[in-house]
Amino acid sequence: MTHEHDDDHEHGSELSEMQLRIRALETVLAEKGYLDPAALDAMIEAYETKIGPHIGARVVAKAWIDPAFKAALVDDATKAVQSLGVISRVGDHLIAVENTPAFHNMIVCTLCSCYPWEVLGLPPVWYKSAPYRSRAVNDPRGVLADFGVTLPVDTQIRVWDSTAETRFIVLPMRPAGTKGWSEERLAALVTRDSMIGTGLAKEPQEIA
Amino acid sequence: MDGIHDMGGMHGFGKVEPEKDEPVFHAPWEGRCLALNRAMGAIGAWTIDEGRAGIEELPPEVYLASSYYGKWALRLENMVISRGLASADEVAAGHALHPAKPFARKLTAAEVPRTLTRGSFGRPPPRPARFKTGDRVRTKNIHPATHTRLPRYARGHVGTIEAIRGCHVFPDSTAVGAGENPQWLYTVVFDARELWGDAADPTLTVSIEAFEPYLEAAER
Repeated sequence: MTHEHDDDHEHGSELSEMQLRIRALETVLAEKGYLDPAALDAMIEAYETKIGPHIGARVVAKAWIDPAFKAALVDDATKAVQSLGVISRVGDHLIAVENTPAFHNMIVCTLCSCYPWEVLGLPPVWYKSAPYRSRAVNDPRGVLADFGVTLPVDTQIRVWDSTAETRFIVLPMRPAGTKGWSEERLAALVTRDSMIGTGLAKEPQEIA
Repeated sequence: MDGIHDMGGMHGFGKVEPEKDEPVFHAPWEGRCLALNRAMGAIGAWTIDEGRAGIEELPPEVYLASSYYGKWALRLENMVISRGLASADEVAAGHALHPAKPFARKLTAAEVPRTLTRGSFGRPPPRPARFKTGDRVRTKNIHPATHTRLPRYARGHVGTIEAIRGCHVFPDSTAVGAGENPQWLYTVVFDARELWGDAADPTLTVSIEAFEPYLEAAER
């Protein structure tokens, strides 16, 4: 840390302190000519409005109704997702892992916060938090209970620790009672957490 | 390094607390902080693993007490100063006071779409893969003081090669500025009882993405 700190600040002043520190850094780095503040605006806008779990939901819904796409997705998720022409090209090394009644997948990054940004957007705070990162690999059922999810006792659980540049997306199970649904309607059932493996897809009555 | 960031299997951090309808950013500075860090990465100021090492090197008490983007802000300050991209007096003053370190380019808005796609970390293999799918391997018992992607909980344990992911940039090497040194990358799966003992959930398996230098052959 390079700033002098005033330890006497009031509640809430961490915010303004951080705002000031970041503004100072931005001003210095822009004045130095390393970046254009308009580039920062464009990046923030993309993450706030364009890139998010709706992309992954579209991928999952398509996999639910199109067996050939599902096979392609499980074989090479980068290539399969690119074929959909989503908002930006998907980076290499995306891997889709499929949930079945007998096998449940969950994604974590115990070392930092690796997450499939291009299909799920930026990770939620809990994904980057110490409780999740510490417990997912040895107590996934306890973690699922924190999300209100209980799996059958004999369901096999696989936790994927994202320790390299490979990125994982869970292909959740398609809920019963959705026969004949359109891709768009199915996508509304696909939650962010269901694609991390800390949740299940919504039941039809939850979006009725 | 055996730092506080290496959290897999630790106890005492409590319950996971999902936030309902969580916003993308909790304050405008978080978005600026993210974008600033990404921008410096995009112009090649540091690699992704040098950046991760910059977070891991924060003092443990600071790491635990800081929010996620708070850590990114500290990392950004530390790295622009340590790499001579800005000086401490400039960061304190909030203005450039000295000439910039020459960079080939600056990040413009037109280049942003490119930054939204992850780079490729695959590289042509310098040699054939040592292991094949189904091989039993033991992770090495290593404790480098520098950046590594072999988590502590998965060291010295026997698992199975489940997939070969190609040959990738080796983080342990790039993080210390020693070049990409590409290595084969494998998904290695462990029975939870191998990692956590007999009391572990018998339905659980855990996999890591392991670079070849982390692995040695194990007997069947």
